Amino acid sequence: MKYVSEFRSPEIVDALLKEITQTVKGNWNIMEVCGGQTHSLVKNGLLNMLPPNIQMIHGPGCPVCVTPVSLIDKAVHLAMEKNVILCSFGDMIRVPGSGMSLLEAKSKGGDVRILYSPLEAVKIAKENPDREVVFFAVGFETTAPANALSVVHAHREGVKNYSILTSHVLVPPAMEAIMSDEDCRVDAFLAAGHVCTIMGISEYYPLVEKYKIPIVVTGFEPVDLLEGILMTVKQLEKGEHMLENQYTRVVEAEGNKNAIATIDKIFEVTNREWRGIGNIPFSGYAVKEDYSAYDANKKFNIDIPEAHEDPTCLSGDVMKGKIKPHKCPNFGTKCTPTKPLGAPMVSSEGACAAYYHFNMATVEETMKYE
Amino acid sequence: MLLTCPLPKLDFDTINLGHGSGGTLTSQLLDTGIFKLLENDLLNKKHDGAIFNMNGKTAMSTDTYVVSPIFFEGGNIGDLAINGTVNDLAMCGAAAKYLSLGFVLEEGLKMTEFWEILLSIKAACEAAGVQIVTGDTKVVERGKGDKIFINTTGIGEVHPKSSIDIDNIRAGDKIILSGPLARHGITIMSHRQGLQFETTISSDTRPLNKIIKELLDEFGEHIHLLRDPTRGGLATVLNEIARDAKLGVDISQNKIPVEEEVYGACEMLGLDPLYVANEGLFVAVVDAAVADKFLLQLKQWEHGEMASIIGEVTNEHLKQVLMKSNIGGRRVVNMLAGEQLPRIC
Repeated sequence: MKYVSEFRSPEIVDALLKEITQTVKGNWNIMEVCGGQTHSLVKNGLLNMLPPNIQMIHGPGCPVCVTPVSLIDKAVHLAMEKNVILCSFGDMIRVPGSGMSLLEAKSKGGDVRILYSPLEAVKIAKENPDREVVFFAVGFETTAPANALSVVHAHREGVKNYSILTSHVLVPPAMEAIMSDEDCRVDAFLAAGHVCTIMGISEYYPLVEKYKIPIVVTGFEPVDLLEGILMTVKQLEKGEHMLENQYTRVVEAEGNKNAIATIDKIFEVTNREWRGIGNIPFSGYAVKEDYSAYDANKKFNIDIPEAHEDPTCLSGDVMKGKIKPHKCPNFGTKCTPTKPLGAPMVSSEGACAAYYHFNMATVEETMKYE
Repeated sequence: MLLTCPLPKLDFDTINLGHGSGGTLTSQLLDTGIFKLLENDLLNKKHDGAIFNMNGKTAMSTDTYVVSPIFFEGGNIGDLAINGTVNDLAMCGAAAKYLSLGFVLEEGLKMTEFWEILLSIKAACEAAGVQIVTGDTKVVERGKGDKIFINTTGIGEVHPKSSIDIDNIRAGDKIILSGPLARHGITIMSHRQGLQFETTISSDTRPLNKIIKELLDEFGEHIHLLRDPTRGGLATVLNEIARDAKLGVDISQNKIPVEEEVYGACEMLGLDPLYVANEGLFVAVVDAAVADKFLLQLKQWEHGEMASIIGEVTNEHLKQVLMKSNIGGRRVVNMLAGEQLPRIC
């Protein structure tokens, strides 16, 4: 058992596709919440293998995509400060702010470093005691424990020149925001497997009950995704709504207690602006008052004008599932991965970039634009 | 080799600005160092340039090497700079003969490191059968370079049977990859600062001129195009082929060789091996009629065991590269907008 290859087996994929085709009768819109799931669907070419009456809608689960412009501006502003080393996960650095991206800031002399782990940033802080090291802590519940842990480490080791610029977002409130939208066209959700690995699944029971909508916690490999889709379709065809867990090999009902405890130690829930969607109550994490010395928002006096997004960018509608990426008039013309208008075109997890890069459905359209 | 070619006595243990001044320190570095190590009749003249005859059709190529770190598993910036230009010429169907060698050294570079690089250059030249016939050394102030940059320009004779030209590509041509993907890029990534990532993966840097000559001897004009998928990886090369030939490219994921540990590293780092750099690999677009024989011969090569026919050229979906995934889905393989960036989760 290697835990990967069997979940990419062409034979199992084939069998699942047949069963989905035999099961599905109605027309269903299923939203995969997580950007990692979108990435896998398009990378493996799964979207074109599903029966046409199942439409996948790509949810807001790309942390890079939903980080507000104003926060990117703050990160850029900090990066341009002489004394600051701004550390970030890789795909955050190309996201356009209102002025420039972190990548452009780097080329203009800002000290921007790409890291795989926030603990590396703490190490950099220790090695550079005369400089301020800021980690751009974006992500969902998945990256929150590691980001929180970096603060725990810095605190324990007395590292005073380390702080995090937090833009953590939470999945269940965003799902509720989508469900409660009058124009919501989503019939069922594939919940984000890795978020549930941390947080467990209990948060989703109230949503299932309140909105009478099936939610299946789903993994990321082709077999995971097809199993998740099959489980939702079975519910939809029977008119049921339940919370189910497809990703049992990773997700336990109560989540990862240690990780949750670390999050709770450092973060508290706060209102959060989502790029393209707007303010969602109780949908993010902020650093607790006790640890405000590690909160870049409080440590630095960042006085920059409020930024606004490009009004012609329809990324909000894309992330709410109202339109498909390639139906946006800017897709492939005014907005490309080289010159992205909105964040979903930047990250490979973003729905627009995923369509641009991978999806068969866009071949004809993109060719017309070239 | 270090024992047989010890570092000459140079009075300094690091490079300083004097070594690029053109004065005695430069002469010392050149005479007791570079010239002596890389000596040949043309270089020994110590003139401003080299004078020689070439036979028939001649190819020329240049490349600059700025890799960081300068030492990595399987090689260093020195052999990379020789192999890279030798291979660029090989992709033109030419056998590299003479190379120029230009250094931009940063003040403070350790003399032992510079010497180790020079020794690798010598070994790479011998392995590829090429000579350094002219060169240049400049030193920049500390902080104005990254230890060492190398430029090599190569000149070589085009194989008489070669007719490599993008316009020769036809629908139906087979696309052959000479070996497993992504080794060089992953080696470099695993060395970079902040990535504590232990692997046994080593760079695939190596000269390709001999195997290319053998293939051209045998298959001549049936080889329509050769490309080495270095920066930007296989995906970029295939897209350039589709774009420039104004045809489509179909490939199959399950035909593309990737070693298991390299694939594992790519998964962990959030990278797609299709876009990761290679150094000792080539893509050949060949007439379908000779494809199987071509593959058979390539597999006899010491580095060709995993060579594979990965796809073909088609009249459909012009200028696009489509890949059939392992599970049977199809997707577009696009050019990258910029550097491949690791994903958050």
